[in-house]
Amino acid sequence: MTPILSVSDLHVHLGESHILQGVSFDVADGGVTALLGRNGVGKTTTLRALMGLVDRRGRVELAGESIQAAATHRIVRRGVGYVPEDRDVFAGLTVEENLRLAERDAEPRYGLVYELFPELKQRAKQQAGTLSGGQQQMVAIARALLSDNHVLLVDEPTKGLAPLLVTEVARVLERVSELTTVLLVEQNLGVVARVARDVVVLDTGRVVHIGPARELLADKPMVNRMLGVG
Amino acid sequence: MSTFVLLTITGLGLGAMYFLIASGLSLIYGLMGVLNFAHGAFLTVGAYGAWFAESKLAGVSVLPRFLLGALAGLVVGGVFAALVELVLIRPLYKRHIEQVLVTVGLALAVSALVVAIWGNDARPFTAPSWLGRTTSVAGAHIPNDRWVEIATALVVLVALNAFLRRTRYGLIIRAGVENRAMVTALGIDVRRAFTLVFAIGGVAAAVAGVLSGVYFGTVDPARGTSLLIFAFIVVVIGGLGSLRGTAVSAVVVGLVQQYANYYASSGLGDLSVVLLLGIVLLARPGGLSAKLA
Repeated sequence: MTPILSVSDLHVHLGESHILQGVSFDVADGGVTALLGRNGVGKTTTLRALMGLVDRRGRVELAGESIQAAATHRIVRRGVGYVPEDRDVFAGLTVEENLRLAERDAEPRYGLVYELFPELKQRAKQQAGTLSGGQQQMVAIARALLSDNHVLLVDEPTKGLAPLLVTEVARVLERVSELTTVLLVEQNLGVVARVARDVVVLDTGRVVHIGPARELLADKPMVNRMLGVG
Repeated sequence: MSTFVLLTITGLGLGAMYFLIASGLSLIYGLMGVLNFAHGAFLTVGAYGAWFAESKLAGVSVLPRFLLGALAGLVVGGVFAALVELVLIRPLYKRHIEQVLVTVGLALAVSALVVAIWGNDARPFTAPSWLGRTTSVAGAHIPNDRWVEIATALVVLVALNAFLRRTRYGLIIRAGVENRAMVTALGIDVRRAFTLVFAIGGVAAAVAGVLSGVYFGTVDPARGTSLLIFAFIVVVIGGLGSLRGTAVSAVVVGLVQQYANYYASSGLGDLSVVLLLGIVLLARPGGLSAKLA
């Protein structure tokens, strides 16, 4: 089966640093593929490179079509949604304006968004900058869900959230993965165990492991060696 | 009392002109990070566009001639600014040093071109005679053109605010001022907003060019550059990228300049504005809008 997203020999240089050193992996259609690794190995840079937000070299295909030369807005219009690390909501805009900005399709999926995050409807007129971290994360995910995407790149959605909210985000990711393919960067292995089917592990800018999530997470020495956690 | 009223209205008129130049400058920096040293050239091009159109309408009565000339100036200013963005700024996206060099070079080139074509001397600018008369307020005889300057700046402020608050492009610009990369990551081609902001800035600067023609009774090649210096001060005091901060700052700078020139010593107005800039930067490095926002 053709992967929905195929990455080959991806390189990124930031200043003098060679951050991604030939990253290659495929993301199968449907479900969640988790991109794992210790801090600073290039997970966020990989997502940013796929989005065209940093200069990159290599080959990236979306549903068999090359996108590595496309500008960021064109990559998004071809069906790649992005939920960045640290949410990046527009603090000076209201929740409603944040969502309106993300409308791409003729019929944005407000029904889905408000089903998943009913609180956002109540807070439509509130400035996004005054929301809690969890609420801002809802806005960030909601923006990406408004349009129909082939694949959603989600960068550390549980970072800095309280345990109750982490569970809530995991529930949302499960629901989202029924609708679209998700490439998830996540440090919380509990969330990974709950939502991910496959994993790709990075180390110092290279892929060091690809396989089923369950297999990796069951092998504690391997997890410890690759991710530095027991 | 009448002197104070005269100084206040004149200061507001001057502030209105600063606002018209600084509003575009502030939006351009806020959205694109471009320090546009060619913004004064937009004023010059708009002013000369209006003057040139007026000069070709010699047989037409004064008011329609003035209005048509002004309209031509605004169109020329807006189109010129949009072309500058498309041809010179866009290829230098993210290359800030090169952008500064290009805009400084363009400012010098436009000024030199105007001198080469129309000479160094100021050219008389025809305006309706009513603008040259005065209206008495609390014993002060206020030149009528000051009212027009203030009213025009208010209209531009309201129109820009409505554009930013009520249109999709306005939404894109407000979001882009906060986080340009994230706007593109939502599938939006932010470059169109760049061109639009340049065009809007060019039109506003051209309005200032026409009004400066009325204020001074002439157009001259150096005016854009001399007013641009104060516009930059207004933008920095107001807070880069903030329209409201720019409006407040323009009024404060215009008033301080006028009061200092009269109550302290003639010529101290410019120095007092620079002092004000220093005080604001020390007390509130983000400018006035850091508190206003």
